[in-house]
Amino acid sequence: MTDLATYNFAYLDEQTKRMIRRAILKAIAIPGYQVPFASREMPMPYGWGTGGVQVTASILGPKDVLKVIDQGADDTTNAVSIRAFFQKVADVAVTTKTKEATIIQTRHRIPEEGLREGQTLVYQVPIPEPLRFLEPRETETRKMHALEEYGLMHVKLYEDIARNGHIATTYAYPVKVEGRYVMDPSPTPKFDNPKMHMSEALQLFGAGREKRIYAVPPYTEVVSLDFEDHPFEVQKFDKPCALCGAENVYLDEVVLDDKGGRMFACSDTDHCEDRRDCGHAGHMLARKEAAE
Amino acid sequence: MSAVPLLKVNDVSKFYGSRIGCRNVSFDLFPGEVLAIVGESGSGKTTLLSCLSTRLMPTSGIVEYHMRDGQYRDLARMGEAERRFLMRTDWGFVHQNPADGLRMTVSAGANVGERLMAVGDRHYGNIRAAASDWLERVEIGIDRIDDQPRAFSGGMRQRLQIARNLVTSPRLVFMDEPTGGLDVSVQARLLDLVRGLVHDLGLAAIIVTHDLAVARLLSHRMMVMKDGAVIEQGLTDRVLDDPREPYTQLLVSSILQV
Repeated sequence: MTDLATYNFAYLDEQTKRMIRRAILKAIAIPGYQVPFASREMPMPYGWGTGGVQVTASILGPKDVLKVIDQGADDTTNAVSIRAFFQKVADVAVTTKTKEATIIQTRHRIPEEGLREGQTLVYQVPIPEPLRFLEPRETETRKMHALEEYGLMHVKLYEDIARNGHIATTYAYPVKVEGRYVMDPSPTPKFDNPKMHMSEALQLFGAGREKRIYAVPPYTEVVSLDFEDHPFEVQKFDKPCALCGAENVYLDEVVLDDKGGRMFACSDTDHCEDRRDCGHAGHMLARKEAAE
Repeated sequence: MSAVPLLKVNDVSKFYGSRIGCRNVSFDLFPGEVLAIVGESGSGKTTLLSCLSTRLMPTSGIVEYHMRDGQYRDLARMGEAERRFLMRTDWGFVHQNPADGLRMTVSAGANVGERLMAVGDRHYGNIRAAASDWLERVEIGIDRIDDQPRAFSGGMRQRLQIARNLVTSPRLVFMDEPTGGLDVSVQARLLDLVRGLVHDLGLAAIIVTHDLAVARLLSHRMMVMKDGAVIEQGLTDRVLDDPREPYTQLLVSSILQV
């Protein structure tokens, strides 16, 4: 290691961590409010989770156990690289088990397994402003948050119903936090929105390019916006997971061949493996074993 | 018309640095009354309208509005939240260019429904019913409710903008050249529509226009502005038929007679 450049623990220098921690504390104090912070350049491109990585780097301690997921999976490129990054620059223990992790950095999913007190979920957020596509001016959206003018958010949902007959927003579904701020839960599927409500774990959101941090403290009310006659609903799947047979979980569609063959499997790979270890089996798994 | 003014304007002036926008304008506007502000380009009409509608802060003078609770409030001393609430409930603002007043990328129905959602309406069916009702009243076919204003003609856009403003039953509507950029037959239809709505709803309106025909058709009273000051005001018919000031005479006589 002597001939290599030496990094400070967890890559960021202490001054930067201090700055980010202050932003995090402020974000926790005002649930759902987007706190500006001086986002640093990270050794990865914007859009790959620079915000989440900075938040994780600032809260990470030597005793933490880190889990990184991308689309629910522990073994995809983004998850593997970020996990390797923190192993290298912070030498922390890593895991793929949701139960064992103290910090979980995620893109898109909240683990199926219920989080508990003491765990922290760090989201990588591309566009933190829920009003952005309706109102391009940042000065105006800030004012709208300040004055709680959220009628526009419902205009978006109205458009959905007018075009599709139902609320067709399936991800980044806007929520109201603690009855005050409307927040974009980052591109998680709306399936995960109910898990944010009264979550036991601390939830931190980092947007690197947009330079914003926001938070949902434990046991905070998170309500998905809807209409009285078109209430909020999560996605439903008509089949259980093909590998572990789990129901009421979020499934990924996997194309198997060019003849229209496809399967639906848990997007949360850790949850799926856990269930299989416990002896649960879906119909595709059983067939595979029979073939062997 | 009741005897209590809806809007009291007292000695309003607006300076842009050392340049005059408008100066020493005073008048009262009563409920149900339509006031036209006419004058040539650069005479301060739009500046005055902006000062009245709180889009600009006057340099001096006071604009007071008769709130629904019966109190007069100085608009300049109102909090921003309250002012914005007033603007989207009790007031309307019709821009010359409909693109400024509409959301061009959301459907006509959502454009009309936006104000309802802003004041807390959360029932899709009710919002849609109100939107269809208003589209019908401004003569836009119900089959266009899910089309974006981008697909509308100039006249339809302007009518949609009017519907969007009137859905919360405001008491006061500001209009900045509402017929600008429309051809004459479309103008005539729009004017007819606005006249009907103003009459049916008992709206008070302040209309800025350089077109004396618009003032003649819509307004009860008019003010003529020149170089930032009001040089003549009175009943519309009186001002147009018997102008006193030389400038007003010039203005009236410069209309082309076909």
